[in-house]
Amino acid sequence: MDVAVSILLTIATAATPLLIAAIGELVVERSGVLNLGVEGMMIMGAVGGFGAAYLTGSPWVGLLAAIILGALFSLVFAVMTLTLATNQVATGLSLTLLGLGLSGMIGTSLVGLPGARLPNLYIPGLSDIPVLGRLFFSQDPIFYLSIALVFGVSWFLFRTRTGLTLRSIGDSHSSAHALGIPVLRYRYLAVMFGGACAGLAGGHLSLVYTPQWVENMTAGRGWIALALVVFASWRPLRVLAGAYIFGAVWIGQLHAQALGIPVPPQFLSALPYVATIVVLVIISRNKRLTLMNTPAALGQPFVPDR
Amino acid sequence: MKKMILALMATAAAIGFTGVAQAQGKLKVCWVYVGPVGDFGYSYQHDQGRLQVEKELGDKVETAFLENVAEGPDAERAFERLAREGCKLIFGTSFGFMDPELKVAAKFPDIKFEHATGFKTAPNMGIYNARFYEGRYILGQIAAKQSQKGLAGYIVSFPIPEVVMGINSFMLGAQSVNPDFKVKVVWVNSWFDPGKEADAAKALFDQGADIIVQHTDSTAPLQVAQERGLHGFGQASDMTKFAPKSQYTAIVDDWGPYYVGRVKAALDGTWKPEDRWEGLKDGAVVMAPYANLPEDVVKAAQETEAKIKGGWNPFTGPITKQDGTEFLAKDAVAEDKALLGMNFYVKGIDDQLPK
Repeated sequence: MDVAVSILLTIATAATPLLIAAIGELVVERSGVLNLGVEGMMIMGAVGGFGAAYLTGSPWVGLLAAIILGALFSLVFAVMTLTLATNQVATGLSLTLLGLGLSGMIGTSLVGLPGARLPNLYIPGLSDIPVLGRLFFSQDPIFYLSIALVFGVSWFLFRTRTGLTLRSIGDSHSSAHALGIPVLRYRYLAVMFGGACAGLAGGHLSLVYTPQWVENMTAGRGWIALALVVFASWRPLRVLAGAYIFGAVWIGQLHAQALGIPVPPQFLSALPYVATIVVLVIISRNKRLTLMNTPAALGQPFVPDR
Repeated sequence: MKKMILALMATAAAIGFTGVAQAQGKLKVCWVYVGPVGDFGYSYQHDQGRLQVEKELGDKVETAFLENVAEGPDAERAFERLAREGCKLIFGTSFGFMDPELKVAAKFPDIKFEHATGFKTAPNMGIYNARFYEGRYILGQIAAKQSQKGLAGYIVSFPIPEVVMGINSFMLGAQSVNPDFKVKVVWVNSWFDPGKEADAAKALFDQGADIIVQHTDSTAPLQVAQERGLHGFGQASDMTKFAPKSQYTAIVDDWGPYYVGRVKAALDGTWKPEDRWEGLKDGAVVMAPYANLPEDVVKAAQETEAKIKGGWNPFTGPITKQDGTEFLAKDAVAEDKALLGMNFYVKGIDDQLPK
């Protein structure tokens, strides 16, 4: 039983950064903007979070710094693509490259320093319950935040008027504009929310997952998060399921290997992308499904006075 | 606004072209790393070697490096770029650079190339390596003495000879203490991914291992060991700072003297492609201070270290392969060639080697 609990906890740790980054990107894409810079914003959050935690000695300050830095960094993308209407794909890709390079430069002096880990939750009584206590009442704070984010975003998008407006902008920015909705203001806020989430995901990596700073420590997780949004066909609860499926497959194969069951690790590394392609094929074969799920204006620049 | 964008572009450009500035009259020596220089492991140690070259020969040479270069076809571009930028001596530091580097070496016969941990050479390409396996034999002995359960977890990257040799040497060391010692092997398919390495360490601990060994480059597995109150060994550099209570020792690569020697040879014209494979004896492999260990174990480890420095090879027969056939007869010593092409496990490892 202890082993099972431990495996579940490991899966939760592996899934949390994917989940947070993906849920942020989901909101961005629902507003009709495609930001491929998740990896770059994530690594900026990781270096900023670690740096702030190291300088102040408090991982909580680090957490806050990760969120703020992620949001600020996404502002670069927002100014380029929204105000200057540059190509979103190209700008997003360069944001990733910029983030990877810049974080390496900022983090040079942080390499090799032992970091502070964000403490796990402890609720007297509840945390001591066998099995359940360890699973639900004594994880790291970002885990709870990630679950709250999923349900919060789901409620916001589908149960509030502002959420409806955001989705309508993602489907047709010109119609929304004609109705007098400030399209760019919504998109700015959506992009910054995505950036804050990516930063938080990066903070999870450098403050909880592996409390240290090393260059490239995101190791492609931003890309998996991007794939996850498509895999989930832009639905928050499916992002939750997807993140945990990807996490479980990964951790499961490690255990299979340790048990001596031969599994090809190369195939499993490719699995998130393969699964995403399969989902894309399925939804694009059915026109109704495509219309229902995909934000129709995704990736198109919007210039109000054109 | 425009200014800000220009500044950003300038920053991006600066990041893209760090370290390729050119000075006249100096010999340009370049390195290609598989990971970031800030990995605090394998690539970090190579870069320490580069810095030593700068320090000792800075008035005669200038250095440059490309980091984070993916193994495979991408590496070819990296080597070609350095060659075209005027590098006269280029070190490729990872196994997977072997074929791309060889191709580029054929294109630029006037440039000197060296490749670490591989086995292919050319008239202008030499190879070099360090005998990490010597250190791994000592790790095996320590693990067998310290493990309560007689079970170690071993995190590995790719099934190449260098890595297989390490696992085998570790097991031979462990078996010399406890013939029934077991090891669980997990492949993470990456040289450097702290998250994955941490996951692998957790999986191995969950399955009962109480000591972790790694042939991947980050400090994450040791941190997990420390969190769980268990132990492990550092890889490539001394990782004590990350796990002061958990690191028994580490196999430290010291490339500095080698690089300085080779660059000197290039400067005075005596450089020839060679096949250099140095170990504990030559100081290319150094054991980090033994810590968190009882005295008798430290003493035994030091004795083994001295024995290896005296010329004894951990791959000395009798050694049986996993499938039961004989690898080495009694007292036979493995040839370097057999080690560098090693593609089988020794007896006692339950894992199946991925193909």
